Amino acid sequence: MECALDAQSLISISLRKIHSSRTQRGGIKLHKNLLVSYVLRNARQLYLSERYAELYRRQQQQQQQQQPPHHQHQHLAYAAPGMPASAADFGPLQLGGGGDAEAREPVARHQLHQLHQLHQLHLQQQLHQHQHPAPRGCAAAATAASPPASPAPASSAGFYRGAYPAPSDFGVHCSSQTTVLDLDTHVVTTVENGYLHQDCCASAHCPCCGQGAPGPGLASAAGCKRKYYPGQEEEDNDDEDAGDLGAEPPGGVPFAPCKRARFEDFCPDSSPDASNISNLISIFGSGFSGLVSRQPDSSEQPPPLNGQLCAKQALASLGAWTRAIVAF
Amino acid sequence: MIPGIGAFTWDTLWCFSQVKGTMETGTTEADIISTVEFNHTGELLATGDKGGRVVIFQREQESKNQVHRRGEYNVYSTFQSHEPEFDYLKSLEIEEKINKIRWLPQQNAAYFLLSTNDKTVKLWKVSERDKRPEGYNLKDEEGRLRDPATITTLRVPVLRPMDLMVEATPRRVFANAHTYHINSISVNSDYETYMSADDLRINLWNFEITNQSFNIVDIKPANMEELTEVITAAEFHPHHCNTFVYSSSKGTIRLCDMRASALCDRHTKFFEEPEDPSNRSFFSEIISSISDVKFSHSGRYIMTRDYLTVKVWDLNMENRPIETYQVHDYLRSKLCSLYENDCIFDKFECVWNGSDSVIMTGSYNNFFRMFDRNTKRDVTLEASRENSKPRAILKPRKVCVGGKRRKDEISVDSLDFSKKILHTAWHPSENIIAVAATNNLYIFQDKVN
Repeated sequence: MECALDAQSLISISLRKIHSSRTQRGGIKLHKNLLVSYVLRNARQLYLSERYAELYRRQQQQQQQQQPPHHQHQHLAYAAPGMPASAADFGPLQLGGGGDAEAREPVARHQLHQLHQLHQLHLQQQLHQHQHPAPRGCAAAATAASPPASPAPASSAGFYRGAYPAPSDFGVHCSSQTTVLDLDTHVVTTVENGYLHQDCCASAHCPCCGQGAPGPGLASAAGCKRKYYPGQEEEDNDDEDAGDLGAEPPGGVPFAPCKRARFEDFCPDSSPDASNISNLISIFGSGFSGLVSRQPDSSEQPPPLNGQLCAKQALASLGAWTRAIVAF
Repeated sequence: MIPGIGAFTWDTLWCFSQVKGTMETGTTEADIISTVEFNHTGELLATGDKGGRVVIFQREQESKNQVHRRGEYNVYSTFQSHEPEFDYLKSLEIEEKINKIRWLPQQNAAYFLLSTNDKTVKLWKVSERDKRPEGYNLKDEEGRLRDPATITTLRVPVLRPMDLMVEATPRRVFANAHTYHINSISVNSDYETYMSADDLRINLWNFEITNQSFNIVDIKPANMEELTEVITAAEFHPHHCNTFVYSSSKGTIRLCDMRASALCDRHTKFFEEPEDPSNRSFFSEIISSISDVKFSHSGRYIMTRDYLTVKVWDLNMENRPIETYQVHDYLRSKLCSLYENDCIFDKFECVWNGSDSVIMTGSYNNFFRMFDRNTKRDVTLEASRENSKPRAILKPRKVCVGGKRRKDEISVDSLDFSKKILHTAWHPSENIIAVAATNNLYIFQDKVN
């Protein structure tokens, strides 16, 4: 039976398939990508559950060895002072950034780097905490996520996705948006953190949308392409990516932004490289971190920045994480 | 052994009859056969390939001199059905590969068939011309106009025999109705309408009308991120023109009645077998995806093919199939490598024989399998050039799963996964089968004593 190691290689194989499907003749095959996304989801679930079981085991051991420190609940958004609040709002495969591509790029890279650092820091902190509910919560959420999360390859021929400029024009809550153009109906919908805008704004917690935001949002300002940096942040050669940003014409090939998806960085040949997986996971920001840090019995006050630390969001963002992978 | 009724007994021996296609090892991808279909009488056999061509074979009349040799299939017509196209809006190339061919029942001297690629369905008319009019008054023999002043007499043009010419002309083009890739077409028993199915929608067409089609099934969710399944195959009931089925990537089949509503999103019947939790793996969703669905000729059963099994369902029982046949269960432990080399995504088809007593489907290593529903016996045969002597009897093959390999067996690890039989067809009334092995078409018949 496959173990967590195989789960990693399955994930990388699956991502490679999705990536190569974009250049195949005849266009993206919806059926095949849907099936690949199921494998991704299964592998990811196994990987996550094994990983957090391991973390939990280690913490249990440390708990027995040390005097338990006071309980800390860390949310990724607070883990490091000075961290831009919007980092916590990074939805799957979404990088906040404003303005045109050129201006956005250094901001995006900076935020990404910080996100990565935060994640590493967070993982380390987990290991030193005595009673971090994350593993249990995660495992539970991971399990719970499996039925409702519906991996959906938006990588169908009918979709074009573009990321939207972040935060300055929108509330922080709505900083990470994905705009989806349905080529069937030519309707543009705004999806936020994996939700349809109308769904998230229906929630009472949504601060910025309290004014009665519109439903499926119309495309607002000029969209920038969403960029994907698998494994990128592990090295400091972010400069390589610079040239590609903004190079793709809008309205071009679906998922053209990811022409240079760095799968060569994220290759299974690098042996049981858990850091690759964690980097990959760190890319997906709050979709994952929200899960990591969430407490099942929310005793802490809900962080004002990301007001939707609810099970639904965690589950959906998990699914969105998968779907977004597939989408690009 | 009485031919003609398609009865299959364990005594039936299959013999090689013909093979079409080149023997060269360097196969161009365009020659790979992508669909095979007999017409309603079995007189014609059509193949489509990845290059967008259709080749039609016709069975020659059985000669009285050779009563023991059934008619052979020879090339009747070849034409380019679809060309590669480019969708400029989506920057997508549209493959010319023929996904499906379906014959219309013959109503006059001409033959009609539907052929489809990923986006466009075409109705082709295949007709013969063996006479030519001669003796026009206003034109000379080369077709040039004559000077009326030179005409002094009138004559009646006569039809003179000429060499047989078979022409294929596109009579209708049904385009621009599918956003996603067309996977099935099916002619209705009313012979006036047909349906085309893509990943998310099924459209109903009238043969006479090309600029309109009715959407009868639409499973596209409002939010594409909630997509969980796609349509994989669809077929009309052979007798009830209001009934059709479609299969999904989740291993379910839905039967719909067009009388119930204009949009058949709500099914009339829902066929699903509960998953066996002990068989759960990373690839459970993939191997449960149905690749083909076929009504029996009687209309009472449907047969579905998923990656490892063929199942027969009774229309009157929705909660599980009545029969399940393992096609190549030895692959269950190889799913990981089959996923890596993409073989796990292969879409195998399945067919009924004329009397619905035997079902057939393909496998790897150019093997194909037949299951007798009455005797529960099955046989594995191989389509290979080595068994290509005329009337050579096909020897049953066996795959050895583990342990000691017997002399004639082949081990699982020796199977050639690049040689796959995805498309097969069975003559509507006789024991004649057509098996597509990559770029070769094999025709086998049962042994006539």
